[in-house]
Amino acid sequence: MLRNFRSAVFWTLCAIALLVIVTPAIAIIVSVVAKAIPVLRPTLLTNVTGAPIPGLQDAMIGSAVLLLGVLVVAGPIGILGGIYIAEMAPVRLGRVLRFFSEVLAGVPSIVIGFVGYVALVNALHWHFSLLAGILALSALIVPYITKTTEVSMNQVPRTLREAALAVGLSRVTAIRKVLLPPALPGIVSGLVLAMAISTGETAPLLFTAGYGSGAFHFSLFNQQITYLTGAAFFDVQLPDAASQGQASAAAAILILWILLLIFAGRLITARSRRMVARLDV
Amino acid sequence: MILVRRRAGGLPAGPARAAQARGRELTTADRVFQWVAGVAATLPLGALAFIAVVLVVYAFPAILYADTSFFTSTHFSLGNLYGSTLSSHNGVTAPAGAAYGAVVFIVGTLTTSVIAIVLAVPISVGGVLMLSEWLPPRLQGLLSTFVELLAGIPSVVFGIWGLTVFGPFLALHIFPALTSIGAVIPFFKGPVGFGQGLLTASLVLAIMIVPIVASTTRELVKRVPVLAHEGALALGMNRYETVRVVTLPYIRSGIIAATLLGWGRALGETLAVLLILGNIGYLPHNLYLGTSTLAAQIADTLDSAFTDPTQMAVRALAELAVLLLLISLATNFCGRLVVRRISSEALPVGRGV
Repeated sequence: MLRNFRSAVFWTLCAIALLVIVTPAIAIIVSVVAKAIPVLRPTLLTNVTGAPIPGLQDAMIGSAVLLLGVLVVAGPIGILGGIYIAEMAPVRLGRVLRFFSEVLAGVPSIVIGFVGYVALVNALHWHFSLLAGILALSALIVPYITKTTEVSMNQVPRTLREAALAVGLSRVTAIRKVLLPPALPGIVSGLVLAMAISTGETAPLLFTAGYGSGAFHFSLFNQQITYLTGAAFFDVQLPDAASQGQASAAAAILILWILLLIFAGRLITARSRRMVARLDV
Repeated sequence: MILVRRRAGGLPAGPARAAQARGRELTTADRVFQWVAGVAATLPLGALAFIAVVLVVYAFPAILYADTSFFTSTHFSLGNLYGSTLSSHNGVTAPAGAAYGAVVFIVGTLTTSVIAIVLAVPISVGGVLMLSEWLPPRLQGLLSTFVELLAGIPSVVFGIWGLTVFGPFLALHIFPALTSIGAVIPFFKGPVGFGQGLLTASLVLAIMIVPIVASTTRELVKRVPVLAHEGALALGMNRYETVRVVTLPYIRSGIIAATLLGWGRALGETLAVLLILGNIGYLPHNLYLGTSTLAAQIADTLDSAFTDPTQMAVRALAELAVLLLLISLATNFCGRLVVRRISSEALPVGRGV
């Protein structure tokens, strides 16, 4: 009797806990989107943030360019690093490199932004600039890509590795032709998740990319840029209704973009699971 | 039911590795690729060292100027940035009236993050256990979706939600009820304000770090030996007893690790906390008032610190950043070393991936 009572209490608490995990996620999405619906209008896409009828065009372009830059810088570094740790590093070295890569991901993003300010913006005289923003953001994103690449490579069955080496393929050919194709969907879904996190970051950008409104001019140095998270952050602190609306719209665009990326990541992961299952002999 | 879990992949077997170690059977392309990939894998370590060195070197004059007052004083002021008078201590000059006491930020950082982690751990573990023990496997993917979602929601969106929706809701419906605890624990005494304070920030932080603990728990629960689990059920234990006797002891050290990692995350969170707490340089006397944290102070003050002609203000913020870096490195190192015995693959990276 007592046993059943204890069990019931425990599982009730667990059920509440599950509810507490699920509810905020739904609440945030619903409230952000609901707040944004009244302010969604076509001028958001055509006007810039500082215009008399403000829009978010420059912020969206800025976010997209930052994201592209991060993919170009952090993508290859993360993927190569992950392949090295999974396939080539001596066991102990691999463990050390993985450890520090994961620790880097735990460094507070504002600290990375601050160092970006001191070293890139100030000491190298880049001023607030696109490149400083991309590098600060990349430092934050590389560990995610390294980790997902390593995990994907490790999921490829060992038999495949042995077979590739047994038929005399060189290491590079074996990785490129035999091991990478089945790992690729996993690597891509990791990239997609990294894209979601990268789009949502603000703290490392505030003092590296700066924040300025107005039409987007492409320049790696000396030019502050506008981005969605910055627009949301600064506008929500202003008292007038128009700014509040801008903040809601920016937040909603961010949420929808991230939902889209997570959904895409799910599709790719499901595909990769099927692919690896087929290979597992 | 799969009784044997195959561990696919992994590192190549002995002979291949041995050949590689001797440097034979490697073509030129192999060597170049290995070298480039090795550099890529070392970059995070380099970045970490770079961050630490730059911060400490840059902050050094401020460390001299602030001296022990950094840890003993609640007074943080950039001083008179537009005056011509300077004050000097330990051979370092700063604007007159400059004082860099960090007690408020240290206390704010520790309180918000500790409350957050104390709430987040039981919620994450309980939720994952509920899902893995009771719900059909088809629904198991549900949790990873929500965890990914919580990990993916930008912190600025958490901040806006906490500031405009969650905070006012708490102040209206939840906090008034909590004030009755104030008779026992004075920190719960009102007034509750508008919900933009310490407790709101802690609750939002708790939601933000759920992904870290939940994804670790999920990975670990998957690894609980099936035979032990079934054995306990076969002995006539009910599911709660099985969880208590088999599952929880097995996942305990992993949870401790995830707790440390989640704590590290909560310590360093900036924008959500800044938006909700404001950046108020006073120690709060109840849980509903605004205060500040190390990260929030850095983010909020850097703009005005730029205008300090002696540059000491930015260096003082660098000192805050050094402290923040040290605490977060400590939690990360401890967290990841605790579970070295278990596969470290179970531990998430960063926000909980």
